[in-house]
Amino acid sequence: MTATYKNDFLKEVEANVEDGQWVKMCMQCGVCAGSCPLGPHWQHSPQKIFMMIRAGKREEVLTSDSMWMCTSCYNCIVRCPRKLPITHIMHGLANYAHRLGLAPKGQPTREIAKLFWDNIVKTGRVNELKFSLAMYFKDGFGQGVKNAMAMQGIGLGLMKAKRLNPMEMLGGHTCKDKGGIHKMIAKAREIEDRRKGLSGH
Amino acid sequence: MADIKYAAYICSGCGIGDKLDVDALEKVATKEGKMAVVKSHPFLCSTEGVDLIKNDIANDGVTHVMIAACSRRAKAEAFTFPDNAVSRANLREGVIWVVAEGSEHDEVRQEMAEDYIRMGCAEIKKMTQPAGNPNKAQSKRIMVVGGGMSGMTAALAAADAGYEVVLIEKTAKLGGFASNLLKRVPFNAPYAEAQPTGVEELASKVSGHAKIKVHLNSTLSETAGAPGRFIAKIAQESGAIAEETVGAIVQATGFTPYDINKLTELGGGQANVVDQAGLEALAKAANSGAIKRADGKEVKSVVFVQCAGQRGSGGNGNGQHLEYCSGHCCATSIKQATYFKDANPDVDTIVMYLDLRVPGMGEDFYRSAQEKGVIFTKAKVNGVSGGLSGEMSCKVNFKDLILDEEATVDADLVVLATGQVANAGVNLDEWTATVTAAESGDAAAVQRKSELQKISVLNLNYRQGPDVPQFKYGFADSHFICFPYETRRTGIYAAGPARRPMDMFQAMEDATGAAMKAIQAVENATHGRAAHPRAWDLSFPKARLEGCTQCKRCTVECPFGAIDEDERRFPLFNEERCRRCGTCMGACPVRVISFENYSCDTVGMQIKAVNVPDEFEEKPRVLILACENDAYPALDMAGIQRLTYSAFVRAIPVRCLGSANTIWITDALNQGYDGVMMMGCKKGDDYQCHFVKGSEMAYYRMSKIDDTLKQLGLEPERVQTHEVAITDNARVARMIDEYVAQLTELGPSPMKGFG
Amino acid sequence: MSKKQYAFYPGCSSQKGASASNFLTSIGVMCEKLDIQLNEIPDWNCCGASIGYGEGGELPRLVLSARNLALAERELPGQEMVSVCPACWLSSRETVDRLHESESLLAETNEALKEAGLTLKNEVKQRHMVEVLIEDIGWEGMKKPVVKPLEGLKFAGYVGCQTNRPFGIAGESFENPQYLDKMVEMVGAEPVKYDQKVTCCGGALAFSEPDKSQAQIRQIVESAYDHGADMIVTPCQLCQANVEIYQSEINKKKGTKFNMPVVYYSQLMTVAYGGDAKQAGLDGQLIRAEQLEKIASKK
Repeated sequence: MTATYKNDFLKEVEANVEDGQWVKMCMQCGVCAGSCPLGPHWQHSPQKIFMMIRAGKREEVLTSDSMWMCTSCYNCIVRCPRKLPITHIMHGLANYAHRLGLAPKGQPTREIAKLFWDNIVKTGRVNELKFSLAMYFKDGFGQGVKNAMAMQGIGLGLMKAKRLNPMEMLGGHTCKDKGGIHKMIAKAREIEDRRKGLSGH
Repeated sequence: MADIKYAAYICSGCGIGDKLDVDALEKVATKEGKMAVVKSHPFLCSTEGVDLIKNDIANDGVTHVMIAACSRRAKAEAFTFPDNAVSRANLREGVIWVVAEGSEHDEVRQEMAEDYIRMGCAEIKKMTQPAGNPNKAQSKRIMVVGGGMSGMTAALAAADAGYEVVLIEKTAKLGGFASNLLKRVPFNAPYAEAQPTGVEELASKVSGHAKIKVHLNSTLSETAGAPGRFIAKIAQESGAIAEETVGAIVQATGFTPYDINKLTELGGGQANVVDQAGLEALAKAANSGAIKRADGKEVKSVVFVQCAGQRGSGGNGNGQHLEYCSGHCCATSIKQATYFKDANPDVDTIVMYLDLRVPGMGEDFYRSAQEKGVIFTKAKVNGVSGGLSGEMSCKVNFKDLILDEEATVDADLVVLATGQVANAGVNLDEWTATVTAAESGDAAAVQRKSELQKISVLNLNYRQGPDVPQFKYGFADSHFICFPYETRRTGIYAAGPARRPMDMFQAMEDATGAAMKAIQAVENATHGRAAHPRAWDLSFPKARLEGCTQCKRCTVECPFGAIDEDERRFPLFNEERCRRCGTCMGACPVRVISFENYSCDTVGMQIKAVNVPDEFEEKPRVLILACENDAYPALDMAGIQRLTYSAFVRAIPVRCLGSANTIWITDALNQGYDGVMMMGCKKGDDYQCHFVKGSEMAYYRMSKIDDTLKQLGLEPERVQTHEVAITDNARVARMIDEYVAQLTELGPSPMKGFG
Repeated sequence: MSKKQYAFYPGCSSQKGASASNFLTSIGVMCEKLDIQLNEIPDWNCCGASIGYGEGGELPRLVLSARNLALAERELPGQEMVSVCPACWLSSRETVDRLHESESLLAETNEALKEAGLTLKNEVKQRHMVEVLIEDIGWEGMKKPVVKPLEGLKFAGYVGCQTNRPFGIAGESFENPQYLDKMVEMVGAEPVKYDQKVTCCGGALAFSEPDKSQAQIRQIVESAYDHGADMIVTPCQLCQANVEIYQSEINKKKGTKFNMPVVYYSQLMTVAYGGDAKQAGLDGQLIRAEQLEKIASKK
C-alpha cells in the first residue's frame, strides 16, 4: 500500500494520467463538486478525488466509479478558479484505471466506452446501429432483447425519420484507409504505453 | 482691541435667489441680526464676490463675517479670511435643496432660511478669530522606538523627508525579528520565489544616515511633554541617561512569537517540533543545503501545522491560546515549505491548514509552492506526538476535512505556525488598578508596579499611565477604522505588528504611514495648530478658572489625556495634545471651558435666535445637533442628492457630539422646541467617532437627562440620540421625517410661550 | 461574389442515414444561401467523441483528430476546417491546442500518423459553423436572405455544453451565451428566457446512465414549457437527439405529456430563407415541428 500523505501516488498520477500534473494545483474550493450535473451520483467529487490522490489513496481512487460519471459537459473546467482541466483529468484517471484493470467491473459507462472505441476503430467511423445493438446486448442476450424491445419505438421512429439505417448492419459507413487507421492507432497506443511503462492489454 | 464690525453676505446663486426672498433675508440680518453691513451677491464664491468681502474688511473696518450661502463644508477655501471670524448660514444644502418643491412649501422654506440667518448672526457675535497657541512647540525631531523593519522604515521615511530622527533600539543591533529570517515572502511580481529580507541593507542605510541618531542597547526610562516638546530620557547600557527633545514619536516595537512551550497538545516543547522562528534558524544553518534537525538528521518529511494556538477553538490546539489570526503565518509557512522543496524536491512537505489566508498577491505564492509539489491539506490537527530521535520521530494525528476522516502521518519535523504577541507595553487597566492598590499600601501591588514600569515601552509620565492604551488582545492603540496609526496619545503613532498582527510588507507600509503622521504632528505643533483631524484649527480650549469647581470631569473625560491637574487641582491643558473636539467643554457642568470660535455661547445663542412659533401655529421646531464629521456631511449629502426632509428642523454642526453641553438641551426645551435630535458617530468597541469616546460620552450624558425632562414636565421622546454614519444620507432624511411625525402625534411642547 | 471555401468535417452523426442526417441537409441549404462552400475532407474519420477516452486514452484519441487535420492540410491546403458537430470541433480544436503546446506530443503524433502515410504541420485553423456564421458572414449577412420571418414562434435556445464549454463561441459567456437567442431574433422569432440554456442533457451517458440523463432532459424540457416555448432550438446533434428522443421515454416513466419539437438553428434559417420542409430536414423530426412545416409550406 502507498504510504499516506506521501507524494508517491501523486507522482504516479503526474507521470501516467492525462493532465495529471494539475492535481497538485487544486485549492479545494469545491466549485467543481457543485457544478457537476451528476454531482449527487458520484462516489467522490473531483475535489475529493484530488485530495485522495494527494493523500496517497491509490486503490480507492482507481477503483472509484466517480470518473465514469462524467458527462463531458465541461462545467467544472470553465468554473475552476485555478483553471484545472478537471474534465480531462477525470477522463485521464478513468482511462488509467481502466488500462490497469482496476476500474469497477461492469460499470456501464466503462463498458460502453470500450464498445464505442472498438466500433469506431474498426471502420474509422461510428456505426450507430451496431453500437446501439452492442450496447443493448452488453449484459447478455436476454437483457439485450429486453433493452432493444424497450427502445423499439424510438428505433423505428428514427428509421422512419431516416436517422437510423438498418442497412448499417451490412457494413455501413467506413473510411477507405481502414488499414492505415488501424496501424496508426496501434502505433499511438504503443508509444503511449511505452511512455507510461504499461504493457499492452 | 480694534472696533468690532459685523457684516452679513447673502449669496443668491445656485438657485437660492429663485427659491427664497433674499430681500427679506437681508432685512432679517439687518433688523434682527443687527449686522452693520448687509449685502447680497448673485455669485458670492466668485472672485468678484470674495473681493467684495475682502474690500469691506480692508476698507470698511469689517471684522466679523457672516456668510449665508452654501454649507460650511463647501467653498471653504474661498470663504477663508485668516484674520476674521467667519460664521456660515447653510441656505443651499440646508434649505433649498432639502425642502420639498412647490409653492405650498414657500412659507416654511423662507422661515427656515430666515432662522439660519438669525443663527449665523447670533453665532458670529460670540466668535473671535483664534490667534493660535502662543506657546508654540519647537522640536521637529521624530523619535522612533524599535529598530526592526517597521522602525527602520519609519526612521528612513522621516529622515529622507528631511526630519531629524532619534531611533531607540533595546538590543545591540538593528534588524529586529527580520534578522532571524533566511528569506522573506516575495513583495514583487511574479510573487513566486522567496526573496532576501533586505534587513542588512536597511540597517546599514539607517546607521549611515546623517539625519538618524541611533541609540542601541537603550530603553526609555521616561517620556514627558507633548507634541513638539517631548522630552525622552534614554537609559543606556552603561547606566547613563541620555536626554533627547523630540516632536513626535513612532512606536514600532513589533511582536514576540507566542510561546511554543505552551502548546503541549501540539508537541510544543518536544525536540523535533519547532515554531516558524525555529525553522528559520534551521534553514539558516543549512545554508541552502538539506535542512537538518537539531539532532543532525536530514529532514525528509515535514508537516506545517497552521493556526497553531491561534483563532481560539477555530484553529489548531486546545483553544486556550490566542483568539485571533496573525495574518502572516500562512504565507510564512508557504515560504518555509519552499525552503525544503528548493533544497530537495523529494522532501514530503505537507501544510495542514484550516483556511489558507494569503492576502494581497499571496495567492500567486501559494500556487508557486503547489507547483513545487508542496501538498496542502485542509485538516484539523488533533495532536502531535514524538520528538525522540529515530527515523520518523513525529506523528501528527489529524482529521482530513475534505475526506472527512481521521488520519495519521509520520514526519521528521513538525513546524507550528504560532501567532504574534504584540510588544505594546503596559496594559493601562492593570496599571490603574495596580497604582490604586499600591497607593493604599498593598505591598504586592508596589512590587507589581515596578515590574510594570520595566515592561513599559514609553514610560510616559501621563496621568493616564505609562503607555498608549491597548486593545482587547493587547495590541497598541489605533483608530483602526479611519486613521490606523493614530493612538489616543496625540503625537504618538503606533506602527507594525505592535498595533495589529501583520506581515513584513504591511509593517513597512504601516511604518511609512506612521512616519507621515509624525511629520504632520510636528508641523502642526510648531505652528500652534491642532493635530489631526482638525489639523487647520488654531483654536484651543481655555478655562475660566475662577468659575471652576475642580470636579475633574474634563480631565477624566478627555479622550486624549490632554488635561493634567495643577497643584491646586485645576485643569492644566497641554494644548499640543488636544485635538479640539470639545469633549471637555461638553463635560463641564459650570461651562467655564470654551474655544474662541466654539463655545457654549456660540451654539447657545444660535438655539435662542431661532424663532419658535407658538402652539397654535402647528409648526413644531426640532433642534438637530449634528457631529461635523459624519452626521452633518450626511445631512449635506441628503441635500446634494435632493432628498427632502421636514422644514421644521434647525441643524447646528458640533465638533463632536461629546462637545454637546446639556445646557443646550435645557435651553432649547425651555424655549419651546418640541424635540432635540443628537446625531453622533457609532460608539462602542467598533466606534467610528473621530475622537474615540466623544459620541459615547454624549450617550452617557443623555442617559442622565431624563430627570431634567421630568422636572420640566416633558416626555422622554423629546430628546433623542442617534448614531449616524457619513453614508446615512437617505436614512437621516427618513429619520427626521419620522421624528417630526412622532412629535406631531405627541402634540406641541408644553413649554411653548414660557421661554 | 465568390463563395467562401472551407474544409468541411461533417462528423459521423451527420452522415446519410445517421442520427443527425437531417441537420446536414439543412446545413447544406443554409450554406448555399449564404455563399458558403463546404469541401468535405476526403476519407475523414471519427474524432473519438466525448467517450473515446475510456478505452482510447490520450495519444490514440489525439491521433484520430490529427489524421483529419493532416488530411485537410494535404488535400485542401489553405482552407480553414469547419465542423458542425460540437464534439468533432472540440476534439479537433483540443488536438490543435495540445500539439501546439507540446512539441514532444506533436512528434509522437507524427510518428503514429506516419503509419497512415500522413504528416501534420498543425497549421489548420479550427472553426465551428456558428463561428463562421457570426464572424465571417456577420449578423447582417445572415439576415439578408430572410424572406419568411418566423413570426409568432417562441423558441427556447438550448446551447447545451460542448458548443459552449470549454472553448465556446468567442465573446460569449459560459453561463449565459447570447448568440442562439440572437439567431432566433434574426429569423424573426422570439427567444424565451428560461433557466436551462446550458444544462447538460447527459451527453454520452444517455446510454449508460439512462435515468440520470433523463432527469437532466426532463428539467430542460419542463423549463422550456414553463417559459412558454413552442420549440427548442439547438446547435448540437447530441443535445437534439437526447432531448427529442427521450421525451417519450420520460412520458412513459413519469407520466408527463412532453411533445416538444427540438430543431437545429440551421433548420430555422433554412425555413426563414424560403426553403421547404424537406430542404430544412423537417422530415427528420421524431416530434414533428408542425409550426415550422406550416411556414415552410407557405408560398
